[in-house]
Amino acid sequence: MTGFPLFPERASTLATEVDALYLYLVVVSVFFSVGIALTLIVFAIRFRRRSETEWPGEIEGSMTLELTWTIIPFLLTVVMFVWGAQVFFHMNRPPDGAMAVNVVGKRWMWKLQHPTGQREINELHVPVGRPVKLTLTSEDVIHSFFVPAFRIKKDAVPGRYSVAWFEATKPGTYHLFCSEYCGTEHSKMVGRIVVLEPAEYQTWLAGGPAPVSPAAAGEKLFTELNCVTCHRADSGGRGPLLHGLFGKTVQLQGGETVVADEAYIRESILNPAAKITAGYQPIMPTYLGQVSEESLLQLIAYIRSLSAPSGEVAPPPGAAGGPTPSKAAGRDRLNP
Amino acid sequence: MTTPEAALPKTHYLNADYGWKSWLFTTDHKRIAILYLVSITFMFFLGGAYAVVIRLNLLEPTGSLVSAETYNKLFTAHGVIMIFFFLIPSIPATLGNFLIPLMIGAKDLAFPRLNLLSWYVYIVGAVFTLYALVAGGLDTGWTFYTPYSTVFANTNVIAAGVGIFIAGFSSILTGLNFIVTIHKMRAPGLTWFRLPLFVWAHYATSIIQVLGTPVIAITLLLVTLERAFHFGFFDPNRGGDPVLFQHLFWFYSHPAVYIMILPSMGVISELVTCFSRKRVFGYNFIAMSSLAIAGLGFLVWAHHMFVAGISVYAAMIFSALSFLVAIPSAIKVFNWTATLFRGSVSWQTPMLYAFGFIGLFTIGGLTGLFLATLGIDVHVTDTYFVIAHFHYIMVGGAIMGYLGGLHFWWPKMTGRLYPEWWARVSAVVVFLGFNLTFLPQFILGYLGMPRRYHAYPPEFQVLNVMSSAGASILGVGYLIPMVYLAWSMRYGKVAPANPWPATGLEWQTTSPPPTENFPRTPVVHEEVYDYSAPPKEAALV
Repeated sequence: MTGFPLFPERASTLATEVDALYLYLVVVSVFFSVGIALTLIVFAIRFRRRSETEWPGEIEGSMTLELTWTIIPFLLTVVMFVWGAQVFFHMNRPPDGAMAVNVVGKRWMWKLQHPTGQREINELHVPVGRPVKLTLTSEDVIHSFFVPAFRIKKDAVPGRYSVAWFEATKPGTYHLFCSEYCGTEHSKMVGRIVVLEPAEYQTWLAGGPAPVSPAAAGEKLFTELNCVTCHRADSGGRGPLLHGLFGKTVQLQGGETVVADEAYIRESILNPAAKITAGYQPIMPTYLGQVSEESLLQLIAYIRSLSAPSGEVAPPPGAAGGPTPSKAAGRDRLNP
Repeated sequence: MTTPEAALPKTHYLNADYGWKSWLFTTDHKRIAILYLVSITFMFFLGGAYAVVIRLNLLEPTGSLVSAETYNKLFTAHGVIMIFFFLIPSIPATLGNFLIPLMIGAKDLAFPRLNLLSWYVYIVGAVFTLYALVAGGLDTGWTFYTPYSTVFANTNVIAAGVGIFIAGFSSILTGLNFIVTIHKMRAPGLTWFRLPLFVWAHYATSIIQVLGTPVIAITLLLVTLERAFHFGFFDPNRGGDPVLFQHLFWFYSHPAVYIMILPSMGVISELVTCFSRKRVFGYNFIAMSSLAIAGLGFLVWAHHMFVAGISVYAAMIFSALSFLVAIPSAIKVFNWTATLFRGSVSWQTPMLYAFGFIGLFTIGGLTGLFLATLGIDVHVTDTYFVIAHFHYIMVGGAIMGYLGGLHFWWPKMTGRLYPEWWARVSAVVVFLGFNLTFLPQFILGYLGMPRRYHAYPPEFQVLNVMSSAGASILGVGYLIPMVYLAWSMRYGKVAPANPWPATGLEWQTTSPPPTENFPRTPVVHEEVYDYSAPPKEAALV
């Protein structure tokens, strides 16, 4: 690190991509701003007024010039657009089998939970070299999860889920900021991401009390909230069977279909009448106001784990709550 | 320039009548412009005072000068005042109001009483909002994001929102008045393509004001309804969508940026051509690019929301459209620069501001490309990079143009010349102070410092101190003109009718003009910006 850095630490796979794109824009911008400034200065000096009585005469416009300075900037921006969209696509497509971390924003803290159940506040420990997928939401206002060293930022919006991901490339401790204004202590809603070597991460996981994985916690909630009464495993209940549901296309009343993703399951818990599965009655009561955001994420993790062949409920650590990374493949996306 | 016997005309709009009633009940567009000038100058220095405290607080990482609560109210007040009560009315309501009838050879705007009404509406809106800011304050940021503003904030959201709602009508009325005036009241011979580019720019601006402002009014109404009566528009716990608010808000507030910058671009076109003594290069391209900006400006709003959870494909479309809107701005910059070629370039104060504008606006525009680029926006949005970018557009662009225009037409408005030496010094001070304030903020933003932070990690301190130092220079740069312009109204040299000299009908009448602007309706025979020979000496005096 020099005394006067122009770049933040480059500590994720995305950081390198973003910086390369940024440098392209910096080069184009410096070229044009210095070019225009120099032209302006040269003209202003070279053609400065030498006497109050000089009237230099007209120059008509030039179509050639107009077209040149319309088309060249246009082409340069096309490159920016395409390249920028590529990087953005990459940012919005978490790799299959990424380690799934749930993030809930609340004024003024970040609550995070690992796939293995460990909870953290304003701090996240992750292993180097392994993709981490964040599912974000908020309990109150809009927050934004910003890690400059990873070049990622995503709003945590109340009432919906958003997704971000990163793969850390360098062990170290990095800033985590809330970058969407959220009230009085907005600037205190900061934390750190601690990137560890894989072995150190395992040691870290082993420390502390034995955690309960989100899926296991969700299973407990599933019983406590009496979900199990209707959504029975023997499919004899009044509600649809949830085994193998996650990621599948569901046939709705009225002929429409919907993919059973996080947003759909969340909606079905909080507003059950919104989308009724074909062949069932709208009898489920709403759980709005009775389940916290974290519990919702745990219920979703449990339902996701039910994709497994029967008998294997608890997922292995880090497999996105699913049975195995390979089986989770293709479904592990919010934007299918 | 050498008119030794120069004396003010015997009667003009300033001395045609006396007493406070002659001002508060005037329908003369020139007097209304002066009413606006006084009001927005007050707002500018008030908004600036908030910025002073913000910059002082950020000198030090723990932000120990004011509490977090106070700090949030400070940046909210700074934004609300500067945007809704200074920048949006700035050039249109003062220079536009004063000059459009003069430039098109009319006696007044099409609806003189509506024009006065718009000022009163502005004042009522300002009173509401200032009440909200003084009596307890407002801490939502000028963006009023939901559900914070509708459910969580404990400050005067409704009063401030009502004030902005009311002030919006003032903006709509001004825009409406300009559109009708430009269509119906042009002097004989003044065809559309003989209009000064200042008029074209205001025409484009007016379209945005009339079409866009109702949307912010409705949005603030919805915020008020949700906050006061718990309607579920934006609050997810009542079935609302917080992101819907952002769509509605930016549908106006992005075009609003063009309300601020287009009139300033109009000013720059006038300055560059006059002080180069050359017909502006590519007149048609500059005129049409204003309309293009006004039209495309309505189609780019969601580039403020790339990380807010809109779909990847929607983001791509808004990214592409945002690049398109950059092209007409680039065309203007190239044409202004080309105008200087083989001209007779004078370095008088208004031209210094024009040079400053072109340089700063270029940087502001180019950094806008970073924000339109999806992959970069994710990292820099909601950081100081954005703060720096929009200050380059709004302060480096809009205010530089405003000050340049104010100096250029000051002799016309007051009949007096400002002191040239002081004016040049202040233009240079403003330029240097501005860059020192906001250039470090680009770096700060890329390093990751989020906006609206009352305290920050210590490694950001050096750049923050640079920025605060620059702000103090910038503040001095703004105070100097305040002093000498006020001084010149009484002690400045008497201005001739056409001091620069410049083409354009406003220079063909006396300085200051009579109440009815022209003794007889002017007839236009020449093309616009004919600088091939010295402009006529005020033929219509």
